[in-house]
Amino acid sequence: MINPNSPVLLEVHGLCASVNGIDILKGLDLTVRRGEVHAIMGPNGSGKSTFAKVLAGHTAYEVTAGTVHFEGQDLLSLPPEARALAGMFLGFQYPIEIPGVANSQFLRLSYNTLQAQRGREELDPLEFDDFVREKMKLLEMSPDFLDRSVNEGFSGGEKKRNEILQMALLEPRLAILDETDSGLDIDALRIVSQGVNQLITPNNAVVLVTHYQRLLNYIVPDFVHVMEAGRIIKTGKKELALELEKRGYDWVGAEHAAAGGARTREVSA
Amino acid sequence: MSTETALRPPTVDRLGALLASQPLPESSPWAAVNALREQAQTALGALAMPTLRDEAWRFTDLAPLHRLTFQPVVAASRLQPADIAPFALDDTACRLVFVDGVYAPQLSGPANEGEVVVTDLPTAMDTHGAAMKAQLGSQQALGDNVFAALNTAFLQDAAVVVVPRDVVLTAPVHLLFVATQAGALSHPRCLVLAETGSRMTLVEDYVALQDAAYLVNPVTELVLSDHAQVTHVRVQRDGPQAFHIANCAVSVGRSANYRSVSVAMGAQLSRYHLQVVLGEGAECAVDGLALLAGSQLADTHSFIDHRQPHGTSRQLHKCIADGNSHAVFNGKVVVRPGAQHTDSAQSSRNLLLSGRAQVDTQPQLEIFADDVKCTHGATIGQLDAEEVFYLQSRGLTDSAARKLLTYAFGAEIIERIAAGSLKNQLQQRMLAQTGSHP
Repeated sequence: MINPNSPVLLEVHGLCASVNGIDILKGLDLTVRRGEVHAIMGPNGSGKSTFAKVLAGHTAYEVTAGTVHFEGQDLLSLPPEARALAGMFLGFQYPIEIPGVANSQFLRLSYNTLQAQRGREELDPLEFDDFVREKMKLLEMSPDFLDRSVNEGFSGGEKKRNEILQMALLEPRLAILDETDSGLDIDALRIVSQGVNQLITPNNAVVLVTHYQRLLNYIVPDFVHVMEAGRIIKTGKKELALELEKRGYDWVGAEHAAAGGARTREVSA
Repeated sequence: MSTETALRPPTVDRLGALLASQPLPESSPWAAVNALREQAQTALGALAMPTLRDEAWRFTDLAPLHRLTFQPVVAASRLQPADIAPFALDDTACRLVFVDGVYAPQLSGPANEGEVVVTDLPTAMDTHGAAMKAQLGSQQALGDNVFAALNTAFLQDAAVVVVPRDVVLTAPVHLLFVATQAGALSHPRCLVLAETGSRMTLVEDYVALQDAAYLVNPVTELVLSDHAQVTHVRVQRDGPQAFHIANCAVSVGRSANYRSVSVAMGAQLSRYHLQVVLGEGAECAVDGLALLAGSQLADTHSFIDHRQPHGTSRQLHKCIADGNSHAVFNGKVVVRPGAQHTDSAQSSRNLLLSGRAQVDTQPQLEIFADDVKCTHGATIGQLDAEEVFYLQSRGLTDSAARKLLTYAFGAEIIERIAAGSLKNQLQQRMLAQTGSHP
């Protein structure tokens, strides 16, 4: 929901980042306000997932220029766990399997860690069990998933549901969902999308990183951004996604170059 | 050449030195036991203590062991059940307790469970003399092994379990070996006979009520008749200065199933040598975990012998090495000629938590049949950065994330322990050792 008076959650300016000495992000700008749903689309290798990981604080990526503010706080100076505490959540494209740790243990540890640091009440195993089972209904997840090891042997769709379950438990202010739709069949896509939709409030925001328009039929974005070569080169409304679906990405790049894209890049970098 | 020889330290008879301080046991009332001892004493005459020059011992230096002297304990223990309460398992059928190698009837019980025999060797000789005579020391795998021969040469008593044909024992049998005296040398012995179609779970548990040095030298023999199913949980949680040198030989009959989980977390130096011989269509799953810190050394040698067709073996061995510790794994799988349709998979996974810790792992596969499916592999590494990041992104600090992942690495093996209350105890110990609190 677009409300120009809504407070700014995330302010990214001229963000440049590299991995192993290779520049991936080359001057990225983005502003996200409370209540908004953004979609970041773009071809493979345009830097979408890198952007998501840089926001969450992955140490393999080096930020070489630019600023990121989250509710006015300098996000780049914070370790990943402090970003989680500040209200940032990354839904992983490839959620990690942790054999040997029960999903319920992991979910409760994560939940209680943030609760404690926010000065709120922690839940004991029984209380947490009731709490998490309620949230699981949202994603039509069987309670069996609590007893299994974290993501171990989960199908692609089950892993993604488990990610959204974590989002539901941790109640982030800003959720970045990295290709949450990949590997989902049509039923799982519907369930996951409905889950996300129920978590969206006027006080939080969601950034969807996706290849495909089909996710956006379920989670309707307020803004659609197109990334290419490490920058956002076009921003539009939800209709842009439909156009991208029809025409591909090439025309966006051509249009951007014609408008003097190279010059813009130098200015922003 | 002569110069080289001169530079070497003079050969010391380590075995002779160890034997010199050991009075031979008094003659046994059973001829079979005396015969076994004499055979082993003769064998010892031709054997020597292994050194780093022996291939099977190249990473495991026994020098710290040779610097000490050890004495057998003969007196019966005065321990009361309350003393060993921390090691009690609440879900077992029977418990046999040996203190410094000596049977402690006051701590053991109930004697038998239904038709299942769980008792000491003298009692078993009376009631099951023929079976004892036929099976005790019958595993050829133990033949030329100096520590196994030592055990047999000093054979006094044993924990004996006999599960009759088609009998299913659901609750585990707990064999508890408690070390209480400094400098004690004990030779625990276990003999488990699972008759045709029977099922049972055995917990073989080594614990300490002391921090001083001692030497425990166990030999365990398991004979699984056709279609028998045995789950064998072995826990070495000896004292911090202990030496633990163990041998286990398992014979798995036709279509029988042997599953074992062995955990090594105590002792300054420990060695576990497991040999499994598989009959036709037999299956085994042999898993292990060594959890090491300080200057501990744990050495696991295993030998899975596919002698007949259609056998299946699975092995997952994990080591977690912190501090200056040293983990050794040597896992050999042999598929004999004619053992067609063997299905074998072996994996050695090792986690180094410190720059000073060391892991030597050597999976070995020898195949002499042409229609088989065999895989093996080894990894040595540190915690995965992506896994740490995943947990950090959920609010855990770097340190908490690493502790949890270390715990999880070991917990994958602990999870496979069939005895609930033992699993719990080990999980708690792992949590304490890794400093994790999930």
